[in-house]
Amino acid sequence: MKPPAFDYHAPETLAEAVRVLAETAPHGSVLAGGQSLIPLLNMRLAAPRHVVDITRVPGLDRVGTGTGGVTVGALVRHTDLAADPAAAEAVPLLRQGLRLVAHPVIRNRGTTVGSIAHADPSAEMAAALALLGGEVRVANAAGTRTIAAADLFTGYLETSLERGELITAAFFPAQGPATGSAFAEVARRHGDYAVCGVAALVALDPDLRITGAKAAYLSMGPTPAVLDLTEAVAGLVPAHGPVAPGDSDRYAAAGDLAAARTGPDAAADIHATAEYRTHLARVLTVRALREAGAHAVSRATERAAAGAGRA
Amino acid sequence: MGERMHDIRLSVNGVPHAATVPARRLLSDCLRHDLGLTGTHVGCEHGVCGACTVLVDGRPARSCLMLAVGAEGHELTTVEGLADPGGPLHPVQQAFRECHGLQCGFCTPGFLTLIAAYLEEHPDPTEAEAREAVAGNLCRCTGYTNIVAAVLRAAELRRAGPAAVPEPAVPAEERP
Repeated sequence: MKPPAFDYHAPETLAEAVRVLAETAPHGSVLAGGQSLIPLLNMRLAAPRHVVDITRVPGLDRVGTGTGGVTVGALVRHTDLAADPAAAEAVPLLRQGLRLVAHPVIRNRGTTVGSIAHADPSAEMAAALALLGGEVRVANAAGTRTIAAADLFTGYLETSLERGELITAAFFPAQGPATGSAFAEVARRHGDYAVCGVAALVALDPDLRITGAKAAYLSMGPTPAVLDLTEAVAGLVPAHGPVAPGDSDRYAAAGDLAAARTGPDAAADIHATAEYRTHLARVLTVRALREAGAHAVSRATERAAAGAGRA
Repeated sequence: MGERMHDIRLSVNGVPHAATVPARRLLSDCLRHDLGLTGTHVGCEHGVCGACTVLVDGRPARSCLMLAVGAEGHELTTVEGLADPGGPLHPVQQAFRECHGLQCGFCTPGFLTLIAAYLEEHPDPTEAEAREAVAGNLCRCTGYTNIVAAVLRAAELRRAGPAAVPEPAVPAEERP
């Protein structure tokens, strides 16, 4: 179908964008990459009276990587973030998740911040922001503010953004050198939304024993749930190959914990029953934790080797 | 109250065009209805099928998920721009012809533009990579095997250079 009629605004400064959003609130929608908003318009699921196209606003198209983490401007497209080597080194979870965001053609236009602002609980980048404990920078008529990921996602496609506010950037904290990450998901077809997805983060001590394990869940409720699974797997030494029988029980316990915690929020739809989603959460938790653990070992040992090389 | 119209200038296949459109005009519809470039096909109109794929500054994009007013200032390439009129086929077009990569032809413009851009960045894909490259486009005739073969053949033709792309053969009965 075709989009319904709307007034189109193309502000050329951030101040103008925020002013137009404030003036048109609550009837304005922000357009950046358009890969979420335009399908909603075409299917007439959304009919905003005003569309505020921010693609001409300067300064929002940058990826900034510092020691603290990666700042992604509101106009950075998924493809460009995935191609950024400094961002991939500081936060490997970004590239791991971005390759699962729809298809390359969608990633060419869609923006990472737009995906976060859209707040679809199936979105990889929303889950990554939640898992890493990141935040978004917000501009409004009064100035700017920061919203922590934990306070951002309030419901299905709902955020705590106030009327007239614009997310100008997302900040992803750097993963430590002995921290590994992984994404595991199951979709009905390649490139589709995940029926269930798990993003995992595993931290190791100098003896390569797990000191922290967390996971974020896609499509398991109205918002990306984050679970601390440290208790289940603390002290294990992640392996690249087969897992020792004793360890395998510990990973299974982490999977059971995940199923027990996320299962009650899982919904049934045409793609999967709630029971199947819960089963996937259990299985994918084990898979993602093991992969993240192996990734952490690689990062820690590469770091040690690089350190030895310099000494 | 009439809908407000916007005067826009688009650069399509290197040619400047002007159009007067409402803000809600999708780029796909603008190309077809306002500019008469009907090579770009419209299938699902919500970004799933890929039939409307065009290149925006050289990168494949769904023209049904872009507003025409947002396409100003970008270089657009449609299937009409892959080869010069009367000139040799683009290697991807030639490969589709050789490999029987199209049946009804509805999805073909989207595949051609997608693959043309893909091979610019991945000149030597494996069969698995070629399959993944086209995974975002749908062919309801389900001719995927031949489409994947055409990706590999097009890569071969590209690597061999322009000399390897023969002039389109004209059947004997159509010769003057």
